[in-house]
Amino acid sequence: METNTKSLAEAIAELREEEALKIARTLLDFGTKPIDLLDACRQGVEVVGQRFEKGEYFLPELMLAGEVLTQISGMVKEKMSQAPEEGGVSRLGKVVLGTVKGDIHDIGKNIVSFLLDVNGFEVIDIGVDAPAEKFVEAVRQHQAQVVGMSCLLTLAYEPMKETVEALAAAGLRDKVRIMIGGAATNDQVRAYTGADAWGKDAVEAVNLARKWVGR
Amino acid sequence: MFPENWKQMAPDEKYRARVEAWLEAKNVAFSSEEVRAAYRQRVQRLVDAIELKKPDRVPVTLMVGFFPPKYAGVTAQEAMYDYGKLAEAFKKFNRDFATDSLTTCVLIGAGKVFEILDLQLYRWPGHGTPPDTPYQCVEEEYMREDEYDLFIRDPSDFWLRYYLPRIFGALKPCSMMMPLTDLMELPFMGPFMVMMGLPEVQQAFEKLLEAGRAAMEWIQTAGAVEAENTATLGLPGLFGGYTKAPFDTLGDTLRGTRGIMLDIFRRPDKVLAALDRLVPLAIDMGLHSSQFGGSPCIFIPIHKGADGFLSREAFAKFYWPSFKAVLLGLINEGLVPLVFVEGSYNQRLDFLADPDLPKGRIIWLFDQTDMVKARQLLGGKACIAGNVPLALLKVGSPQDVRAYVKDLVEKVAGEGGFILSNGGVLDDIKPENLRAMIDAAFEYGKYQ
Repeated sequence: METNTKSLAEAIAELREEEALKIARTLLDFGTKPIDLLDACRQGVEVVGQRFEKGEYFLPELMLAGEVLTQISGMVKEKMSQAPEEGGVSRLGKVVLGTVKGDIHDIGKNIVSFLLDVNGFEVIDIGVDAPAEKFVEAVRQHQAQVVGMSCLLTLAYEPMKETVEALAAAGLRDKVRIMIGGAATNDQVRAYTGADAWGKDAVEAVNLARKWVGR
Repeated sequence: MFPENWKQMAPDEKYRARVEAWLEAKNVAFSSEEVRAAYRQRVQRLVDAIELKKPDRVPVTLMVGFFPPKYAGVTAQEAMYDYGKLAEAFKKFNRDFATDSLTTCVLIGAGKVFEILDLQLYRWPGHGTPPDTPYQCVEEEYMREDEYDLFIRDPSDFWLRYYLPRIFGALKPCSMMMPLTDLMELPFMGPFMVMMGLPEVQQAFEKLLEAGRAAMEWIQTAGAVEAENTATLGLPGLFGGYTKAPFDTLGDTLRGTRGIMLDIFRRPDKVLAALDRLVPLAIDMGLHSSQFGGSPCIFIPIHKGADGFLSREAFAKFYWPSFKAVLLGLINEGLVPLVFVEGSYNQRLDFLADPDLPKGRIIWLFDQTDMVKARQLLGGKACIAGNVPLALLKVGSPQDVRAYVKDLVEKVAGEGGFILSNGGVLDDIKPENLRAMIDAAFEYGKYQ
């Protein structure tokens, strides 16, 4: 087993969990900078995302990659608290993400959140059953460029529509791009809610956000 | 209800006997001979479709959640607590939107029962969701990752002493009980009964009794309106019973989506062993639940095998074998699996076309699957049903809906073996769109 950042990225991409954790631990112990380690993780997850897009990987693979990353981030944080150094990573942009009012599903939203995060976005996750005001408040407070709404129920169409309208009423509609996703959505629903785009999966959410912040 | 030599009968003979009983509906006091005839005609339509024959027209059925209360101006909360209102709402719905089957009200569930038991597995109106929003499942690891062996050793014991205490707050003390299998020789019975005497355990069982009484109160109203709707409107019940695919039991209920998805990488052998254990339980569930309904159709909503949820390899390894065993087990008892295929199954249709599954003994009711492709792969093998989209019914116009139904019927009704239905469960749609869907099916669905 090679122990370098390249082999770490590869182990993550190939979903070899134990190996990835072992390499990460060794690298950290031997003084690899946390930022380089996290960069390798990002590269690994990028491959996972590409394979997902090509239909080679599916939800379980995304889930496992997320799990590996969470564990490695934990190790890194431990290390960083021991020797504080290096500032925050520069972020591509900010995304406010939530499941809309009346809907308590969180798995889809969490996967989108994870993928946005590893792809360099700062995600402000406002949770599930989030009323329109909470979206508005988060956008205003964090000056986010993108809003993502998750919806698994037809009953959540109205709350999505209301959220778009509330953002407009708050004078924020032209400052953000809005995407929707989740099992109960499609482009027809997008048109109904007044959102800018609809994505069928987490990778599409990342691609939309990238496009919108110009990366 | 069935012949004395039931146990010796072949699967096909059992199937015929069940269909005959469904057609005869001996327990139903029809309001008139016309209604009885209309009932028979509807059942015959459904049976023809199941057997891949051509009925007089495409049968129509609906997958319905909380739309009937909404249509009647009754909130989801009222529907779960005020059984009179529940009954009225479904009476009105079945009258106004008569199809070829009864739209049942029992799926709505009895709010008081869940309240007494302090159900944790779901949030429901007034208990975590707003009054007008249906119940939603709370995913947790109700079986922990290191408990596979406990489950595999004795699922019922796991259910009683680990699962129930986690999903029902009121049954938490059941975790203090001893395994029921301890009750053998007289001297061993003492310790078991002492645990039963603990005040907490006694209280838990009192709650259970209370929940049972609340369930009786509910079914007396809900069951009566079901019987009345069938007797006066001639609408046959479609769901004779219910069960689940083993992978979904594990993934939806015990381990949760995250848990099961990680388990297939981290402990694949345990997952496979647990699935094996669940097969006979799932068959038995379909079988014993079917004694209440007149229909041979066993409702099986399937979830975690859909496109995107698993790779083909993982589906082939983890989802399909145990599910196929359940399908075969049910068919072997003369039952008809009515599989509600939620999400899309475009990448899985070849599995469903498995040559081991007998012809004309399954209904695949699709949600977002490509129906033309489904027809191609399953034509001549199994009845397909579906799939007017939920989004269309909610945000489209009646014209859009009519056009969709016309197109669907033209493309897939073929020489029979097709039932028209909506794709996703109806909670919140435009009534005029549902009207348009049913009317269009009646109009365009006529076979020559």
